[in-house]
Amino acid sequence: MVVPIAYYLILSAILFTIGVAAFLIKRNIITVFMSIELMLNAVNLTFVAFAHQWHQVSGQIFVFFVMVVAAAEAAVGLAIIIAIFRTRNTLDVDQVDLMKL
Amino acid sequence: MNGNSSIDLHLWLIPLIPFVGFLLNGLIGRKLPRAAVSAIALIATAIPFALAANAWLQFKSLSLPYVERLATPWIATSVFHADFALSLDQLTIIMVLIVTGVGFLIHLYSVGYMAHEEGFYRFFAYLNLFMFFMLTLVLSENFLLLFVGWEGVGLASYLLIGFYYQKDSAANAGKKAFIVNRIGDFGFLLAMFLLIQHFGTLSFNEVFSQIAQHPEWHGGFLTAIALLLVVGATGKSAQIPLYVWLPDAMEGPTPVSALIHAATMVTAGIYLVVRSHVLFDRAPIALGVVAVIGAATAFFAATIGIVQTDIKRVLAYSTISQLGYMFMACGAAAYSAAIFHLLTHAFFKALLFLAAGSVIHAVSGEQDMRQMGGLRKFTPVTFWTMTAGVLAIAGLPPFAGFFSKDEILAEVYRSPYLGHALWFVGVFTAFLTSFYMFRLWYMTFFGAYRGGKAHASHGSSHDHGHSSHAPHESPWVMLTPLVLLAVLSLVGGWVGVPAALGGHDEFGRFLEPVVKEQSLSYEQANVDLARNGTAQTPAVPEAAPDYPTERLLSGLSVFAGLLGLFFADLFYRRKPELPAKLGEKIRTIRGLVEHKYWVDEVYGALIVKPVLFISKYALWILFDRGLIDGGGAGISGLNIGLGSLVRRIQSGNIRSYAGWLAFGAAALLLITYFGLGTHFLIH
Repeated sequence: MVVPIAYYLILSAILFTIGVAAFLIKRNIITVFMSIELMLNAVNLTFVAFAHQWHQVSGQIFVFFVMVVAAAEAAVGLAIIIAIFRTRNTLDVDQVDLMKL
Repeated sequence: MNGNSSIDLHLWLIPLIPFVGFLLNGLIGRKLPRAAVSAIALIATAIPFALAANAWLQFKSLSLPYVERLATPWIATSVFHADFALSLDQLTIIMVLIVTGVGFLIHLYSVGYMAHEEGFYRFFAYLNLFMFFMLTLVLSENFLLLFVGWEGVGLASYLLIGFYYQKDSAANAGKKAFIVNRIGDFGFLLAMFLLIQHFGTLSFNEVFSQIAQHPEWHGGFLTAIALLLVVGATGKSAQIPLYVWLPDAMEGPTPVSALIHAATMVTAGIYLVVRSHVLFDRAPIALGVVAVIGAATAFFAATIGIVQTDIKRVLAYSTISQLGYMFMACGAAAYSAAIFHLLTHAFFKALLFLAAGSVIHAVSGEQDMRQMGGLRKFTPVTFWTMTAGVLAIAGLPPFAGFFSKDEILAEVYRSPYLGHALWFVGVFTAFLTSFYMFRLWYMTFFGAYRGGKAHASHGSSHDHGHSSHAPHESPWVMLTPLVLLAVLSLVGGWVGVPAALGGHDEFGRFLEPVVKEQSLSYEQANVDLARNGTAQTPAVPEAAPDYPTERLLSGLSVFAGLLGLFFADLFYRRKPELPAKLGEKIRTIRGLVEHKYWVDEVYGALIVKPVLFISKYALWILFDRGLIDGGGAGISGLNIGLGSLVRRIQSGNIRSYAGWLAFGAAALLLITYFGLGTHFLIH
């Protein structure tokens, strides 16, 4: 049985919307960060689905790239979060509105 | 530079050497001893005099006008061009000799006169600067370079009037002279614009030969140019209505009054009129205006001179009056008579001022003649030299003033427009002149010495550091120029003894090539004449010499001079109580004259006050502060306001950024999906 591509896309859209909503609503930086990861993976899912559909490998290669960048981003982002927490003693994004530490 | 003949006169050195003197004294003079400063200033004036004398000696072998010009043009545009060009002709050589000769004597005198003053080097630097500009003025070959000199002498005059800059009155007098002269310069500038428009050049030679080529040009724009030049000349030469600065200019040191405000600079207006007489010859209206202005000024200033008590102010009004004579002569197209009087006036008026300076020196800075008297015994040399000057200006033969004034009066009498009326004004003014000069003479040198009581309160008026009590004669460095000028005041007139009195009028003949109507020395004019076969000079037949009338006229003017002497003798020697009594009887007239006809006050109310009012309220408060400052503040305020609005976007709040980001992405999606009327962007 072949799952139609629309299913993948709908799932991906749902995941992406959840990511956006969480990004906008949540205040904890870690959660915001996780919602970004969620949006990236929603897009990854679309890539993979289309790659499978069209029998083209380039979509899957894109996914690898996204995952690499996401890993790097996670490393840097978590470091920034730790630095913020050390100076501000908070992870509430609304409290972090100055452009300097 | 290269001359147009085999002889190289190095004209350009004549103005430049005083400029070097100015630079030396101005830049390092403060550190030099006074002797060195004097030496620099004197040498920087003596060399130009020597060069001018050299030019004079070689004069016969020159092809005139002798022109030296810098190879590269000064200003070159499509409309006109101007060169650094100097020219020498009969008129110029006379002016240069006057300026350098009298100038040198006055420099020499100043060495003694200014010996105790602060800013010795500054004074001589300014004097040399003045010489530079004055010589540029008289030597220049075009209106523009003349204008440079014209403005420059105004600057030097300003600096020297305000020499005692710590005195408010001196600083104000300097400003007044400068501003009043600006009004005249405005006219001069407009005249130059018109010249450029109509002739495409400012060179004297080219303008005048163009006029000579067009005998049909008459009046019209030539009158306009001439009248505008007259405006300039009235400013520089202190004629009605712009004469008001000259009496105040007496705030400057006395040698300055002698050099700038009597002998040389103030005659620049006369020089300008005579130099551009070709224009004036075609503009009879302008000539009439010049004559009337001159006669009115001569009379008007003489009446004021009668009641002045400050010795220098008497001489200042007398200068205005004598300049009026020269203007009158110009107006009667008697240019050589005007220049002749300019020459003799330079001698005797410089002498009178320097003698007055010597008197002021003698009485430790007092300038009020009522505090003088009896100085004949104390200062014999000054007395005798001043006597020569007084006799010369009073027009008594055989002194210089007699011949020049007589020539002016005779020429004015002959002139067709208003001739007799102007002549009468001239003779009456001669009477007044003689009267106030002998009044000065009697008040200063005769009777008992009235000063010496209130020195402490008066000593500051001239900042002379003397504290001696009895009047004393001046040093010889001051008296030598006096004696030389006295001799010149005696013999200076003999170069122009008119034919009616048995002379040959060498002066008039010498100047004739320059000042005769429609100067034919330019080859174009000759060509024109040859082509038409008839003379183009307007048909003013040379009046048949009328010697008896001329002799009668000079007899009358001498009589006027003697009458002045008689009245002055009566009022100020024999019956000294008479002036006061008479003054009581005509109190209104006396008040009017003593207040100089309220001219300064009228100008103040009519011109100065409104200008200040407009400047303050319309220009300063409304325009400058309101429009300009307000405009600037408005624009900056607008930016600040807009900025404070837009700044809110950049709050630093991550979630607000995220919101904007999401909103933007959604908007883009919507636009790509629904189009929203943007399909044309894609196609």
